[in-house]
Amino acid sequence: MQNGNQNNLKQKKNVRLIIKLFLIAVVMFGFGFALVPIYNVMCKALNINGKISGATSYDASHQSIDKTREITVEFVATNNANLPWTFHPLKNKIHIHPGEMTRVAFYAKNNADQVMKVQAIPSITPGLAAKYLKKTECFCFTQQTLKPNESMDMPILFHIDPDLPKSINTITLSYTLFDVSNLHHLPERIPGKIQ
Amino acid sequence: MHKILKTLFTLILFFFSPLVLAEMALNMPRGVTPISKDIYDLHMVIFWICVAIGVGVFSVMIYSLMYHRKSKGAVPAAFHEHMSLEILWAVIPFVILVVMAIPATKVLIDMHDTDDAAVTIKIVGHQWKWEYQYLDQGVQFYSNLSTPFDQIHNNVKKDPHYLLQVDNPVVVPVHKKVRFLVTSADVVHSWWVPELGIKRDAIPGFIHEAWARVQKPGTYRGQCAELCGVNHGFMPIVVQAVSDDEFNQWVAAQMKQAKQAAEASQKPLTREELMTMGKKVYENNCAACHKVDGQGMPPVFPPMRGSSVAVGHPVSRHISLVLHGVPNTAMQAFASQLSDLELAAVITYERNAWGNNTGELVQPKDVQDLRAVKKLTRKTNERRNSSNS
Amino acid sequence: MSDVIHQTADSEHHHGDHKKGILGWITRWLFTTNHKDIGTLYLILSLVMFFVAGAMALLIRAELFEPGLQFLKPNIFNQMTTLHGLIMVFGVVMPAFVGLANWQIPMMIGAPDMALPRLNNLSFWILPFAFTILSSTLFMDGGGPDFGWTFYAPLSTKYGPPSTDYMIFAIHLMGISSILGSINIIATILNLRAPGMKMMKMPIFVWSWLITAFLLLAIMPVLAGTVTMMLTDRNFGTSFFDAAGGGDPLLFQHVFWFFGHPEVYVLILPAFGVISEIIPTFSRKKLFGYDFMVYAIACIAILSFIVWAHHMFTTGIPLGAELFFMYTTMLIAVPTGVKVFNWVSTMFKGSLTFETPMLFAIAFVFLFTIGGFSGLMLAIVPADFQYQDTYFVVAHFHYVLVSGAIFSLMAAVYYWLPKWCGKMYNERLGKWHFWLTVISMNLTFFPMHFLGLAGMPRRIPDYALQFTDFNAIATVGAFIFGVSQLLFVYNIIHTIWKGKQTTAQVWEGAHGLEWTLSSPPPHHSFTTPPVIE
Repeated sequence: MQNGNQNNLKQKKNVRLIIKLFLIAVVMFGFGFALVPIYNVMCKALNINGKISGATSYDASHQSIDKTREITVEFVATNNANLPWTFHPLKNKIHIHPGEMTRVAFYAKNNADQVMKVQAIPSITPGLAAKYLKKTECFCFTQQTLKPNESMDMPILFHIDPDLPKSINTITLSYTLFDVSNLHHLPERIPGKIQ
Repeated sequence: MHKILKTLFTLILFFFSPLVLAEMALNMPRGVTPISKDIYDLHMVIFWICVAIGVGVFSVMIYSLMYHRKSKGAVPAAFHEHMSLEILWAVIPFVILVVMAIPATKVLIDMHDTDDAAVTIKIVGHQWKWEYQYLDQGVQFYSNLSTPFDQIHNNVKKDPHYLLQVDNPVVVPVHKKVRFLVTSADVVHSWWVPELGIKRDAIPGFIHEAWARVQKPGTYRGQCAELCGVNHGFMPIVVQAVSDDEFNQWVAAQMKQAKQAAEASQKPLTREELMTMGKKVYENNCAACHKVDGQGMPPVFPPMRGSSVAVGHPVSRHISLVLHGVPNTAMQAFASQLSDLELAAVITYERNAWGNNTGELVQPKDVQDLRAVKKLTRKTNERRNSSNS
Repeated sequence: MSDVIHQTADSEHHHGDHKKGILGWITRWLFTTNHKDIGTLYLILSLVMFFVAGAMALLIRAELFEPGLQFLKPNIFNQMTTLHGLIMVFGVVMPAFVGLANWQIPMMIGAPDMALPRLNNLSFWILPFAFTILSSTLFMDGGGPDFGWTFYAPLSTKYGPPSTDYMIFAIHLMGISSILGSINIIATILNLRAPGMKMMKMPIFVWSWLITAFLLLAIMPVLAGTVTMMLTDRNFGTSFFDAAGGGDPLLFQHVFWFFGHPEVYVLILPAFGVISEIIPTFSRKKLFGYDFMVYAIACIAILSFIVWAHHMFTTGIPLGAELFFMYTTMLIAVPTGVKVFNWVSTMFKGSLTFETPMLFAIAFVFLFTIGGFSGLMLAIVPADFQYQDTYFVVAHFHYVLVSGAIFSLMAAVYYWLPKWCGKMYNERLGKWHFWLTVISMNLTFFPMHFLGLAGMPRRIPDYALQFTDFNAIATVGAFIFGVSQLLFVYNIIHTIWKGKQTTAQVWEGAHGLEWTLSSPPPHHSFTTPPVIE
């Protein structure tokens, strides 16, 4: 009788433990997926990986233009995986003062014989500068569609936060064009877009 | 057999002759930039610290192995714990680690220097070649492995710089800060030149930078360091560091060459000219996948010999395919990589080599006419669906 | 004590079954729930896979014997490196340690069997299927996985061959098996210890497995999540790792190494346990600093969760992150050092004899320490820029995994085999095996340090001429190593068939509950819980 009780007790203890251990496994499986948003949040908060924190509004009255500093901003364009587009910045390089609102544009032309949709992915180096480059308008906020042989100038409106660390004098802003004509699933997380 | 004997011989030398060892490359190169030298010094410091600790630990151990044997009548002692000893041998390594971490941190901070650079070169990794763009000079070119396939397949004697030679090396001025912006157009690559102390992953969609200030003119060789597919082992890097004057001359020469290429596309060439040039272009750009004999590596890399593209009509289909690639397959767009002349030559070669005797010639003008238009043969999915051409 | 027996009534049932013939033999092994049978199955699987993955390694080494392309096309070469890595990690080292756990844990804690015998059977029989699927990818259209065992995106997602989906499925199966196995091991250790066996009295091997099992439970689901994301990226249009849809290829590396680094410790912590059992036995002296050994293992396990990005120093992570991961990685050297110091102190002033298990254990301490030193060098970020993805890294992890994990496994087999089958192995043959193995192992992997420093990247099928000599040496070493392992198999088979009868004690200096049982031990290890003083 006593043995039976003990047996029951042990069985119960076993079952409880196993349930707990399974729960750990399930939670960790969830955690694997949770790493995705955690990573994105961390990237934005800590400016890791040159990800840009999204569209900001420009309030002219609050921005002081720092005429004492001149920052070089370089523009770089890359086509991913044989994308048949012509894609390059209109100006390779500009010199601006922190706080100054600036408009630049990239030229894009679809050389294919059919309509194509692309997504531009921005990246900034040095990564530390990402936080200080504020974009009000950017062609990378949305997907861009061009008909065959159609071309356009795609604009960016941005300014540099005057708090930019003194050690940084050159910022490189890079865009890579990805073909998304075939992407059935609409992307939910576009860097540079506020969620 | 001869090789095995040689190896055995090397083995014997390996154990008996430190002199021979001294001639082999045993250690990290010191390199030619301030950072690479810092890295080397750091590497040596850690190495000697490890050796010192190793000698200490191993000598105690070897002492026990020799003198505390049962066969020598050793009687086991009874001790089996010692609090302060445990704490001591946790604290001492910790202190050593802190000592190591200080110079390491310093070098690391130096590496992240963001001062302005004299030359900025954008590097794009492609499967399986590097593309270089000099942002301020407007020079742009691709750099392919130039080791002939006959050497790789052991048909002829190998060059001293076997697998570490390219058709277009990247040229940088000495004593000036050169900034490299590294990205990729397809998979992850890694741009590594040991003597520059730079290894930077090229990640599609993202840009990262590295810099070097080369102190000595010379040729420095490196390789792609991140597995990037079939020909990962065949995309070397060659950096030529030259004086300021030579650098400017080189830039001017590059500009002139680009202009000449544009002019060349206007005048027709003979079959011999096209075939000779085409063979060279083919081996540098196409043979990695389609193979020297045009057999390809099916199913991913279709054969050229007798293929519907290479012998079929219209010829414009062939030209268009080489110019613009096939989306979502390993077939790249060569429009920006090769000139009209080179493309005309390689397409002529493909249509006439290995028994593809179409007898048709493609002239630079034909390529130029098709450059702007791109016919898309869109496949629904990955390269797996594109096994047949 | 019928309560304890009751729990394993299922196995009793099969034990009693005396079906004759081949069918009986098959059902006996197919449906066994006995911890010893399952342990044997795990060990056999691991030995078979050791030769499969080892053959792949020899193909790789044959190709690298001299410059130029000889035997393998580059795409086959890449498939070999990928599967060699995957199988060695998931098919050799992990199952072998689970096999040891199955055999030893119940005997070492005074239990009759594992806590969950039927689950135990399931978690083993998943594995042969998983590895059949994984190996069959080699024969599929487009070839097997060819992107390295780390399967970095987008090479494995957008650019991977169709067989990648089968690899993902195989990894899922292995993950399930490991998770079930770990749950079983934790339940056994926490619930089935003999009365009086307090946690801090458990043999160190049991401790190392308890911590390893928790590690597995934490990381295998993360790996499952990672490959699931790959699967949906490849087939269902998501963009976790594709920048085009707002994902990030670097995220893959973060998630992978969040699993991958603790995984490295899954492969080595049980080895620490084995070595900590063997050294005291042949030193005839108690393990020095037992408490600190336990703390050190726990410490390493916890630290292993905050060092993962040291595999990614060259990817352009920011300065702050580089510093953080450099410091945490260096910190791991402290508990690891404590372990080495304790092993050395255990031997110090002992009464040493050098039977084969001890020889392997001593080689472990020497060579694992060398692997630890190169690990420390790799932690230094600026230097890592030169080491990363070169043969220096290959040398490092083979010192840790071959002379670490594999040597400890061989030591364990020689140490416990006499207990398992009641017969003594051939000592002379064992010593031959040891010396051939240890010499050829160093011949293979030591030159790789030089190759890496001189600039040879890993995972290349062909190399520049200055790397020729050391590659040739490594290839010769690898083939000697491979052939020497046949001695190991022969010795095991010979022992089981024709070995000399041995005593319950087996080793003069051995302590622990397993040595109080007969050799071979009874079907249900402890039907009466032993008394622990």
